[in-house]
Parts: sequence; C-alpha cells; structure tokens
Amino acid sequence: MSKDRLTHLKRLEAESIHIIREVAAEFRNPVMLYSIGKDSSVMLRLALKAFYPGKLPFPLLHVDTTWKFREMIAFRDATVKAEGLDLLVHTNADGVAAGITPFTHGSSAYTNVMKTEALKQALTAHGFDAAFGGARRDEEKSRAKERVFSFRTDTHAWDPKNQRPELWRLYNSRVRPGESIRVFPLSNWTELDIWQYILLEKIPIVPLYFSAERPVVNRGGQWIMVDDDRLPLLSGESPELRRVRFRTLGCYPLTAAVESDAATLPEIVREMLIARTSERSGRLIDHDDNASMEKKKREGYF
Amino acid sequence: MNAIDPNVAADASAFTDYLGRHEKKSLLRFLTCGSVDDGKSTLIGRLLYDSKLLFEDQLLSLEKDSRKHGTVGDDIDLALLVDGLEAEREQGITIDVAYRFFSTDRRKFIVADTPGHEQYTRNMATGASTSDLAVILVDARRGVLTQTRRHSFIASLVGIRHVVLAVNKIDLVGFSQAIFEDIVADYRAFAASLGFKTLTAIPLSARYGDNVLDRSSQMPWYEGPTLVEHLETVVVDDDAAERPFRLPVQWVNRPNLDFRGFSGTIVSGTVRRGDPVVVAKSGRTSVVKSIVTFDGDLEAASAGEAVTLTLDDEIDISRGDVLSGAIDRPEIADQFAAHLIWMADDPLLPGRPYLLKIGARQVTAQVTAIRHKIDVNTGGELPAKSLALNEVGVANLSLSEAVAFDAYAVNRETGAFIIIDRLSNLTVGAGMIDNGLRRAGNIHWQALDVDKRTRALAKGQKPAVVWFTGLSGAGKSTIANLVEKKLTALGRHAYILDGDNVRHGLNRDLGFSDADRVENIRRVAETARLFVDAGLIVLVSFISPFRAERQLARELVEEGEFIEVFVDTPLDVAEARDPKGLYAKARAGEIAHFTGVSSPYEAPERAEVRLGTTTAAADLLAERVVTYLQDSGIIPGVEVTI
Repeated sequence: MSKDRLTHLKRLEAESIHIIREVAAEFRNPVMLYSIGKDSSVMLRLALKAFYPGKLPFPLLHVDTTWKFREMIAFRDATVKAEGLDLLVHTNADGVAAGITPFTHGSSAYTNVMKTEALKQALTAHGFDAAFGGARRDEEKSRAKERVFSFRTDTHAWDPKNQRPELWRLYNSRVRPGESIRVFPLSNWTELDIWQYILLEKIPIVPLYFSAERPVVNRGGQWIMVDDDRLPLLSGESPELRRVRFRTLGCYPLTAAVESDAATLPEIVREMLIARTSERSGRLIDHDDNASMEKKKREGYF
Repeated sequence: MNAIDPNVAADASAFTDYLGRHEKKSLLRFLTCGSVDDGKSTLIGRLLYDSKLLFEDQLLSLEKDSRKHGTVGDDIDLALLVDGLEAEREQGITIDVAYRFFSTDRRKFIVADTPGHEQYTRNMATGASTSDLAVILVDARRGVLTQTRRHSFIASLVGIRHVVLAVNKIDLVGFSQAIFEDIVADYRAFAASLGFKTLTAIPLSARYGDNVLDRSSQMPWYEGPTLVEHLETVVVDDDAAERPFRLPVQWVNRPNLDFRGFSGTIVSGTVRRGDPVVVAKSGRTSVVKSIVTFDGDLEAASAGEAVTLTLDDEIDISRGDVLSGAIDRPEIADQFAAHLIWMADDPLLPGRPYLLKIGARQVTAQVTAIRHKIDVNTGGELPAKSLALNEVGVANLSLSEAVAFDAYAVNRETGAFIIIDRLSNLTVGAGMIDNGLRRAGNIHWQALDVDKRTRALAKGQKPAVVWFTGLSGAGKSTIANLVEKKLTALGRHAYILDGDNVRHGLNRDLGFSDADRVENIRRVAETARLFVDAGLIVLVSFISPFRAERQLARELVEEGEFIEVFVDTPLDVAEARDPKGLYAKARAGEIAHFTGVSSPYEAPERAEVRLGTTTAAADLLAERVVTYLQDSGIIPGVEVTI
C-alpha cells in the first residue's frame, strides 16, 4: 500500500464537494439536474455532504420525458421525501401535445424534443445560471475534454473550440444574463469509482440496477423491458420473463437491459469488472454514429 | 490491473478482499507532454489498452477508426483512443486538454493529456496545474528538442516537482543503451535548474508496450522500474499534512441560529479540535470547536479534506477569508509580484482592471508593471510591455483590496490565481505569486500604467500648454521660438504649434472665415492636448482672436496645465512692423476677415503672462516666460538643474 494519506475515493469526494460549494456560493440561481440514475444518486449524496448539517441551497430538476421506468419515478419521489428536497419536474408540453414518442419519431428526434429541448425550456423558464449534471469524463471520448465548469451561450450551446481554460481548483463562474454554466462535479469519477462509492456509502439506488425477473422482448440483440402497455409489440414479439438488470437508466424504450444474476452491489461491481461492453452501449442514442454525443452536446444535451 | 482475474471474481471472499484493496487505492494525477510526434496519445492509449480498460465496443470502434484515420497501417492506432473531438481526429492533432483514467491495484490515475503543438502552451499549463507529476516524452531518434525544454520549463513553472523522462520509440534505435544514456545526460544537464525533486528516466516503446506496464525483454541493461511501476509507487504528497494549516472559506453554513460553520477544503496542513485558528486578513482568533462532516465529527482533518469548522467565538468570517494556524500565517498584501501565463487572444494590458480569483476570493486587479517576459524555450528574460497569447512573464499586480496568500513555491493552492476579463468573462491568465510587495518599500514597483505623468516625469517636467495669443505681427512666433530654444538648452522637451506647421498640413483645408478660425483653433487645441498627454511642453502660437476658443483650449487640459501668454502689441505697432505685408493687403481689401482690420480681436482678460512688446526685447520677454514656467513648477528651477 502506498504512503498517500487519502484514498482515491476520499479525494474524489472532496473535489466534488468543493465544486458543489463553489457553485452554491458564486451563482445567483443554481439547480441540480436529477436523472434518478446511479450517478445522480452519488451527486445528490455529495451535495448533501457539502452542506451538512444545512439543507441543499438549490432545487433539483428532473426532466421527465414521460417515458421513464415506473420504478424510477417511485424512487425519485421516495428520495425527495426522505431527504426533504425541493424538486422541480419539467416535461416538454409541446412535445407531448405533438405526440412525440420514441416509437413514432425515432430515438434521435424524440431525445431532442423530450430531453434536450425540454431541458432548455426548463433552464430558460427558471432563469438558472448554473446547472449541475452527473456526466463523467470516462463515459465517452468527447466528454474527456469537457470542463468541470462548462460554459453555455444564451441559446444553451456548447462550443468545444472555445472553452475557458480551467486551472487548479479556481473555477470561473462569470456569466452574462441568459448565459449559464453546466457543472460536472463527477468529472473525474469512473464508473468503477461510482459503484465503489455507492457500496462504501450504502447509497440507495433504483432497484432496476439489480437483477430480477422482468418482462422483456429481444430487439436487435438487446433486451427491451416492457414497462407498461405503451410499448408497441412487433409481430412475433411476446414479452418473456428473464433475469435482467440495467447498467444504465434512461427512457425505458431506449435503454436496454442485460441478462444478469447480479442481485447485490458487490455482485454488480464484480460483473462490471468482468464486463466486456462499455457503459453507454446500453443507450441506443449513441449508436447513430461515433461523433453523435459531441453533436448532441453542442446542441445543449447534457 | 482494473480488469479482474476470473478466479478472484468467482471466489466471494477473494472478491471481497479485492474490493477492500481497491477502496484503499490512492490517487495520482499526472500529465503527459511531448512534441507532436513523440507518441503521447499512443502512450496513453497503451496504458488504457494494457490495463484492459477497453471494452469490446470501444475496441470495435477503434478498429473502425483506425481504418478511417489511422497512421500506422493495419495495426490498431492506439492514439485514436484518446484523440477526442471530431476536428482533432481529422487534423490528426490533439488540440485541447483531455483527461483519461486508469487504475491498478495500488492507485487510480488521472491523466491530463496535453497537446504538444507550440501554440497551446496554455493547455499544458492547465493540465499541469492539477498534476503532481509530468511524463515528458522524447523521441529516442530525436533526443531533447526545443519543445522538450519548453514543456519542462512550463511544468517547473506550474510547480511540478516529479518528472518522468520517457524516452519513447526506443525500438526504432535498436533498444540502444548508449542513445538512451546520451539523451538522459542531455536532459539532466538542462533540467538541473528546474527544481525537480525526482527525475526518473525510462526507455520505452509505447507502440509495442516495452517498459510501459510490462518489463521489456529487449533491454536487459535497464534495471529501473517500468513506467507503471514508477507511477504506482512515487510519493508526491508526503508532507502536505505537515505544512502550515490553510483553509479558504468557501461557504458559511448557517442552517439555523444555533449553528454557524465555515466550509471549505483544507489545502494544506492539519487542523485538530481545540486548535487555535486565525482569520488571516483580520487577525481575529478563535479555537476550533468541532470539525463537522456528514459522516460525523472528526478529531482532526488534513490537506485534501472538505470539512466544516465551527469555532468557540462569534467572529466575523465570510467567504474568501483564509483560516490558518496561529503561527505560520499567510502573507497579507494588496500588491504582489507573480509569474503570469497569458491565455487569451487579446494581450494583457497593464493598467486595465481585470478580475482576479484567488482561493474563494475575487477582487479587481491591475498589472502595474511587466518586469520582463520569459522565453519558454530558453528561460531567458526579454523586455515586454504586454503579454500575448501563450506568453509567460513576471509582473507586479495591484489589487483593489488586500488578500491572504503564500508564495506559489511554498503552497500551490494559496499561491495561485486566475485572471478574468471583466467584459468577455473569459479566463485570460493564470498567475503564480512570487512574493508580496509593500507600498513603502517598493515605490518603483507600484508605478502605474504609463500615463501623462510618467511620460512627463521621464522628461523631468510637467506637461503644459503655453498659449501665445496676440495680433498678427505682435511677435508671438519670435518669442515662442526663443522660449523653445531656452527650454531645450535646459534639457526640457518642448514643441511649437504655429501657423507655419499647422496651416500647411493638418489645417490645410481651412480658410479664414469665423467658422474656419474656430475649427482651426479647435484642432490646434486638441493637438496640444495630445502633446500634453505625451508629456511635452507645447508652445502654441496662434492669433486665436476669440476668448471662447482660448477658453475651450484651456478646458481641454487639466487645471494648471494651460498658460495663456498675451503678446500685447498695439495694432498700430503691429501694423507698422507688418513683417509679411499682410496688413497692407488687408487694408487693400485683398484679405477678408483679417484680425484687427476686418475681424475683431478679443484681448485676454486674465492671461497668466502678459508681454508688452513695446518696452522690452524679445529675448527678455522669452526669459520671462521661462521664469514663469520655473516658478509654477512646470520645469525645475535653476538650482535644481545645476
């Protein structure tokens, strides 16, 4: 064992807490994006730690596409109640009125309207000048160059060529009215770090991460869960019960499950360590093309 | 490495041990730097590849990308793993800082991948600012290059104290010990002055993996550690907990009337319950009552931990204050000397107010003087009036209020600051404090931006307009010329504006109508003002018949800078002299609007100097003007000039 005093998790935790405090202190109207997933759960725990024994000095915002797994919504509401949080929920009413669904408009158009546009609507409507997101640099190549404080124009656009240099732990929080900063306190965490921290800290996560028998259909080699009767079954498809779990959570028709028996946190970590498929491949959104994430980010996706 | 031995994974208790080990890993942040073709991205790709952090779909994507953009034939191009953004992939060059992650049983690593291209010094400094160690790549075929020196200098400047010299592509020089040793000797000689605590040279091949993770079988002569072995064991923060305690307060935590905590990250040292603490700037002291965290109160906390302190006494503490121990307090000053790295397209302008962020405090700051800039290739000092993008210099800064700080060499956390442009809000510079400046002891260091005063002081005078007014032929130019001669003889700097040098150029388009005369004087007055700003004594010799225009000229400069000299010659005397035959022409009706003949002259009512030309010679009158200038402090008196 090395002579270093602090473990890597302790250092990551301290760095995240530092970032979260900095945002609360320097911005007029910050908000924490809450996606209900494991990264959001860790980010929320870090925020609670940052202000303990005080409460969070900012609200949470959940962009509800109306296609979240039911268990996610139940978990969200239970968490808000247990921690006494201030939660805002926003749905793109125009998208709902226009009948936008992942089935009728394809994953890309749907994501754009119900997630990206919805997020922009909410940020603009509330006049938030900073928004925490749970993205990590290890998730994807273009994320690797993202700043911790990532500047967005008044149209929520990200310009990868014109990012502010970020030195030491001195973050530049200056924005003009309408402009904002996306803040990523988990930038330097990896997926393994997240799981180890959840294990160590006993952080509650949505049960969908744990293996259980669930009704699924196989589409294009991926297991899609039939969460409610809105999933149109293709001819020849009939839901079957399989022991599956989710490595990542999003909108249920767009997030595939993996077959697994991992029903405890150590089993999940163990499975992750011997996994042969990287995290985001469970998200169908990235399959369009290799640079799709960068394009989405430029447009304002988190 | 990170991927797990299937036997361990299968055995529940072995796996629990495995998790326990990984929970206790430490963290090392390092940066890689090297020239464009030294193989930096390949090395990082190799670290990720060898530590089995690549998943199947990433490998698939890598193979696809290698065929499309790759530069190594049919092999997998490891560099493509790490070259992130679309544009970069197409240009085949890394243009920004990217952060990569891998881990071993002992440590997690955060790698700042910084570009080798010359114009991106700022990115390297950015990556170095959060790193404890630098891996500096050298191509074994090319040895130590200018860029190698530059990267080493910047690493040293930004406080990196541990360096690995990775002599890459050793396979391309036949794994030659002699070549390796030559390069290392070369580098050690150059780096001796850079203050590195450890310097470890490793011969390796990123492309084939020799001495990266696994020991190379090709270099039996090399007995040192592999790159990963070294990174796993090098000790970088051995004394952080023992150094003086510093906690910049980020957040005053006040959930209710019974709790008042001061939250922040301990950046150095250790604090214990019961320790006396001092608010650095106010000097107020108290005692630590509790060290509060979500996970329970602590007896002690040290560098790197984010905590909340409560104190025994209700003393005034707000965001931006720095808490320290009672001894070994930080310095307090509103002026300091610092190394600056400029990071914006718009150059650093001395005298311009910028925002400066140090710790949790943001203040207004000006660069009052740039002492010199530094050639990052040689370390040599060069004179400079500003700093351009990617330039490094040493400057004096003056802050709107005093701040607590330490020299960067002593404490990287409390000695660092960023500079933000107030209009664009961009981070335009990074600074590392060398030392504080005291006002009294360093008067020459607080010289402000070059202005009228400094320009004039350099000339040993105060700037002024000496405005000679009077009729045509009154003797204005004669006297003004004599005054200029006398001032020049005294070593002063003067310049004459008169009809001859203005009417033929600047005011060539103007005639003699009243409107043109007004415009004529307006332009002359404005020109005189510019010359005053340049620190000169301006001798203006114009009829300037109207009081309003002379008043305008007077108001363009500061109080005391305008000396009106009325060259008082009666019309009949002037007309009798008529040196240019103008009166005769005017009387003959050949010149319209001639002052005194067909246009009025408004004599000054309160001129500073009145020269009657009918009773004294021109030289004596000029002497009276010079005496006036001495008496009013525009130029030094005689006793001073001796």
